[in-house]
Amino acid sequence: MTAGQSDHGRTGGQPSSSRFDVHTVPLWLLSAVFLALIGLTVVTVAVTKVDLGKANLWIAMLIAGVKATLVALYFMHLRWDKVFHGFLFLGAIAFVVLFIGIALMDTQAYHPDIIPGYAPGIEQ
Amino acid sequence: MSHGGKPERPATAPGHPGKPRLGHHYDTYEQQFDSNKLGMWLFLVTEILLFGGLFCAYAVYRAKHPEVFIYAHYFLDVNLGAINTVVLLFSSLTAAWAVRAAQLGQRRLLVALLTITIVCGCGFLGIKGIEYSEKWKHGLLWGKNFDYEALHHGDHTGADDHGEAAESGETADHGTAGVADQATPADPDAALAEGTGPTATGDATATTSSAGEISNIPASAMGPPGLAAAQMVAEGHGSLEDVPRNVHLFFGIYFIMTGLHALHVIVGMVVLLWLLVRASKGEFGTQYFTPVDLGGLYWHLVDVIWIFLFPLLYLIH
Repeated sequence: MTAGQSDHGRTGGQPSSSRFDVHTVPLWLLSAVFLALIGLTVVTVAVTKVDLGKANLWIAMLIAGVKATLVALYFMHLRWDKVFHGFLFLGAIAFVVLFIGIALMDTQAYHPDIIPGYAPGIEQ
Repeated sequence: MSHGGKPERPATAPGHPGKPRLGHHYDTYEQQFDSNKLGMWLFLVTEILLFGGLFCAYAVYRAKHPEVFIYAHYFLDVNLGAINTVVLLFSSLTAAWAVRAAQLGQRRLLVALLTITIVCGCGFLGIKGIEYSEKWKHGLLWGKNFDYEALHHGDHTGADDHGEAAESGETADHGTAGVADQATPADPDAALAEGTGPTATGDATATTSSAGEISNIPASAMGPPGLAAAQMVAEGHGSLEDVPRNVHLFFGIYFIMTGLHALHVIVGMVVLLWLLVRASKGEFGTQYFTPVDLGGLYWHLVDVIWIFLFPLLYLIH
């Protein structure tokens, strides 16, 4: 332990050669991403007023997905970050999608009309 | 490196003379940054999974009971939701910009940007507070706290407020017919038990006409009082009179999802405040900005979650 620590001491005391080159995101890019996010917010509110049936939900989720991607890539710096961080992020989302997907498959395996009036929105 | 003649922190002093912010167990600032950032991303993964459970509850209930979600979303104010989205997006911009300012050693800019981000967080919570208090006032709550009675009282006065030519009697007839339509395929006993049956409606009508013109349409519903009812009819979704069973489910999901999100906003603001104090002491610079970066990541994740909550709760079609 003692040896290790003193070793560390020497390495750390070494020098300023190990300067950390930092990637900064240009301000114009941050602003452009912000404006795109605002634009997409306006679009998602506007598209709700058009009746597209079931497509409304998917369009809203698609727009939200694009917005989240913009935030993750530029604000959260994933575009320039270690690939592993992006992998973690996508992995978490993949597991959530899997979780929701299987839960929905399960609930839809039951007839909604076993209890009369229980699910008036989907039963025929 | 020391500021205002303050002594170096003893904890960080050993190992790295002249580098007070570099932990003794790291070799370089870059190694420290990478290691800390990996830890933060792992934490964000657990956050995504935490909210994932709530999104799953949402998806299952919406798939089973679309009528509840279509009905209940008329009680959320799209404008307030959209304003809050913009506020949160703007605070994300300032948080990302704050990281840049920290990296470039722009101390005063960093302090200003962190302050703006915190102010935006306060704005978000303020608007959320207005929405919550309106729902509280009108009994639009979770579980057994949901006030079905208030909904029935609201419709008639709401229609009157809207200034339609319809007499309140006509409105009531229309409403009752609507309920009958809705209730026929359903179990009539169940409908009665939930207070949506014709008898319950009749009682409500009587109460309303005798009780006078207090509008019970929640002000948090779209636009001015009564507009929610009009909009619902215009969009072919029946009327406010047709209260589906288990509307409280929506408000349970609404409160737990937005509530947990709001809790995250509060935690994020505490983190930002801590960053603000450290930034104003000049602790961050071109080689050490890790806390600003990680605090920013947390704030952005909270933003990403709201990006999904907004269309799912407010923009139901």
